[in-house]
Order: sequence, then C-alpha cells, then structure tokens
Amino acid sequence: MSTLRLDNVGFTYQKGMPDEKTAVSGVSLTFEEGDFVGIIGHTGSGKSTLIQMLNGLLKPTTGSVYIDGDDIWDDKSKLREKRFKVGLVLQYPEYQLFEETVRKDIAFGPKNLGLSDEEIDSRVREAAGFLRIPEKLLDRSPFDLSGGEKRRAAIAGVLAMRPEVLVLDEPTAGLDPRGRRDILDVIKNYHEAEKKTVILVSHSMDDVARYANKVLVMNNGTLLYYDSVGEVFKHALELRETGLNIPTVTGILLTLRERGLDVDTDIYTPAAAAQTITDAFRGISG
Amino acid sequence: MRDITLGQYINGDSVIHRLDPRVRLILTLAYIVILFMFNTLLQMVLALVMILLAYALVKIPVKMLLKSLKPIIPIILFTSVLNMFFIKGDVVFSFWKIAVTKQGLYYAAMMSLRVICLLAGSSLLTYTSTPIQLTSALESLFKPLSKLGLPVNDLAMMMTIALRFIPTLLEETDKIMAAQKSRGANLDTGNFIQRAKALTPILIPLFVSAFRRADELALAMECRCYNGGEGRTRLNALKIRRLDYIAVTVFTVCCVLLFMAGRLAV
Repeated sequence: MSTLRLDNVGFTYQKGMPDEKTAVSGVSLTFEEGDFVGIIGHTGSGKSTLIQMLNGLLKPTTGSVYIDGDDIWDDKSKLREKRFKVGLVLQYPEYQLFEETVRKDIAFGPKNLGLSDEEIDSRVREAAGFLRIPEKLLDRSPFDLSGGEKRRAAIAGVLAMRPEVLVLDEPTAGLDPRGRRDILDVIKNYHEAEKKTVILVSHSMDDVARYANKVLVMNNGTLLYYDSVGEVFKHALELRETGLNIPTVTGILLTLRERGLDVDTDIYTPAAAAQTITDAFRGISG
Repeated sequence: MRDITLGQYINGDSVIHRLDPRVRLILTLAYIVILFMFNTLLQMVLALVMILLAYALVKIPVKMLLKSLKPIIPIILFTSVLNMFFIKGDVVFSFWKIAVTKQGLYYAAMMSLRVICLLAGSSLLTYTSTPIQLTSALESLFKPLSKLGLPVNDLAMMMTIALRFIPTLLEETDKIMAAQKSRGANLDTGNFIQRAKALTPILIPLFVSAFRRADELALAMECRCYNGGEGRTRLNALKIRRLDYIAVTVFTVCCVLLFMAGRLAV
C-alpha cells in the first residue's frame, strides 16, 4: 500500500537570486494507490519540476512530499530508500543506457537495491517481459538497438526496481504512432497486472483520455484541475481557453454544437462520440 | 552543476561593451603586463582605482566583483602572510621568533593589490565580451600566423564550438545524473574509488551523446556547405572605430601617468 501526498508543494529555481523563477507553487494533492493519472500542461507549466519532486530529485522550496505518510526529506539518510518507492522515467530515457548488454543495464537498478543475483535475474526477466523485449535482445549492446527498443529497455530498467509508483515523463516523445501505441499499451498492461500507481506526463489529451482514469492539469506552475477524466474534460472550453489541447473527439463535438447540432460535449472517446452524434441526427429526423 | 559559470558575460551597452573585442583583449593584456612592471604601492593603488573606474563605466555592481574575488581570498591571505613573515628588514613588531617587518607589510599589500587587479582586469574582459567575440578577436589577431601554415580559422571554429557546447553538456550531465539517481545510483557517498566507479553510468551516456551531437553538427555544417574557414565573411565584422582609438589613447595616458607616479614616489 503506497500513497503519495503533496502538501502545498512549491519550487523556485535560483532561490534568492535576482533571476529566481518559480516553477511550481502551492500544489496539494494525493495520488491514490492504483490510480492511472495523466499529467497535462504546457511546456514550462511545471510538470517536469513537479515529478522530479516526487522521488526527491528536487527538494521542494516550500511544502512537503509524503510517501506512506513520511516526509521524504525528513531524514536525508533514508532519502535513497524512499526514492526506490517511486520509479521515475525521465524524458528520452534511452540516453541513460550505459552498460555492455541490455540485461546488465536493466539490472543496474535492482543491483543498487542490493538484491541477490537470482532475484536480480528474475526481475530483469519480468521487466523485459512487460516491455516485450525478446530474450535474444537481452545480450546485445543497448547501443545496437533501434530507437523504440532502446526506449523500452530504459523503461524496463526502472520497472525492474518494482516501484510502488511509476512516473513517466512523456515516454512517447519522438516515437512514431506505432511506437507510441506500443509503449502506452505496455504501460497499461503493467498497470492492470500490477495494480500499482502510474503517473504519466503527456502532451496528448487523446492518450490521456484513452489510458488514464484521472487527469491533473498544470497551468503556470499551479494545479488547475485534478479529477477523474470525465470531470476534467467537462471543462473542455476552459481548457481550450488556457491554450491546452482537448481530446480530438471532444473538439469535434464542441464544433458540432457551435454549428447547432445538439450533441453531448463531455465525451472523450470515439465510441461515445459516435453514439451522441447518431442520437442527435435521430433527434433531427425523428 | 548549474553554479559553474563560464564566460560570465553581462549584457550591456557601455562604452567598454562597444569597443572592438580585439582592443578589449589587447588592453586587458597590456593592463596585466603593466601590473607586473609596477613596483610601488602608490602605483598599485592607482591601478586599482583605474580598474574600478572601468567597472563604474560598465555599471557592474561592486557586489559582483567582490563575489568573483571570493575564491581567491585564501591565495591572497596565504601570499600576504608569507610575505609579511619572511621578508627581512625594519622590524615593526615581533613575537616569539617571528618578526613582521615594514618591507614585509609593504610587499604583502602590493601582492594582494596585484592579485586583486589581475582578477578584476581579466573578469572585466569576460564580463563585457561574449565567448564568440573573444574567439573572433583571437582569430583576427592570430591571422598572420596562417601564413606559417597554422589553421587559424579551423582552430577558431573549434574553439567557438567547444564554448558553445559547454552549457549544453552541463545540462545533459544534469539530466543523466537525475536519471541514474532515479535508478538508485549512489553518487554522493563512498570513498574516492567508489565515487569514481559511480561515475561510469554518468560518463558513458555523456560521451555517447557528445559523439552523437558532434556527428549531427558535422552533418549540419556540411549540409550548409561549410568547408573550412578560407574566404568566409562575418555577420559582425570587426572594425576599429573612433571609440577604439579614444580608448587606446586614454589607456596609454593613464599608464604614462602611473609610471610617472612611480617615479615621484621613489
């Protein structure tokens, strides 16, 4: 059981200097066990800063981050231990690969946990299985893999640590549509199989609408919305006003409504959209 | 990592900013040379006044200068103390076997002032010149050497690229460190060998990405038909203007006055 709670968390770069810049301020929320949360916001809205505070890479300049009720910065000597509970996959994680073989690279995290060789081996297999990395790739050099394979190997390196909370910062950046879907499906499968908390930073509202059950919207370093997917996308118009994308189907429905067709607009899946459009036309003809 | 500032250029539009970078470079070198030619305290004090006036022209806060002096305070103290105790002469006061002499104090003060002026002078150059300006100044000054077969243009391009990529690599290092820390890498504890070993997961990705960037940059340069520096023109061509002549004259007059002040003091 693991919950991650943020209490009035804020972060200011270059604190006290003339060029100080507040990236995040006054964020309070709880990530419940087993949630799949999508984080959305503009570039520079504080998403990346926020998630780097979740595993103690950055120390909040105000407020605290609690894992299972303990402030992670309470005892600095235990910080590393607490960091293991939150697995963070940063943007372009393939740039962190360094070992001779994929197997060894995935084992880097578990090794740092101080596990036995057998345990490490089983975790590497498990993580490679989740990420659909074939056995024969495990003994190749990570630098010989394709872009998508490298990305999966890097994510496996974090999964092998079996974090209670998995945080991914734009894991699909720079991949083609198929690579994107592969990665997201893998994450979804992991979430369903392990029932552990997953936090996904994404630019794509469509991906968030499809995979997450909760959405967190950041705007100018503050928390704009944090609610279930349905509730947040009810604010489609406000989201649009802050310049954020909304799911494509929601956008289509909003346009249809503007043009005078009586459709529901708090819809974010293609199937439900098709339904409401059909209903609307039935209403006209009937 | 971000605390490391290289090329601490301060944007501005002062007289000194507007000088030709070559003039700025040469005057700085000349200033450093005369610092070593002066041998009276009066001259040193005047040299300090001179550089402070230059700082006033650029409107750089004294606080900033003091901050850049901070790291060399131990050196100043060390040399001062050595000078104070080991130069023989008229004893001012003494305790136990150590005697502090008048000459010792004099030299200590001179040395400290000299070090301060050296740092202030060279900092002024980096405060008012971008790394690019400095390389183009160097390139222009070394141009005669290309007749001797020295690839001046290529060297200048290499220097420009190297300077350009320092912040990029620092940022990259930050990111890789964050990623490896997230995987439990222990970078902050352990003895020297353990720490050196812990650097492998940082250094390998860093080198890999440096080579990748170099590759991409080389390709991009070739795509734009870069084929060495021969015959290239500049966007901001260096040109000596009236302001530069004035600056050189003012500087020379100051130096002459300072040398004369040295005569008077003796």
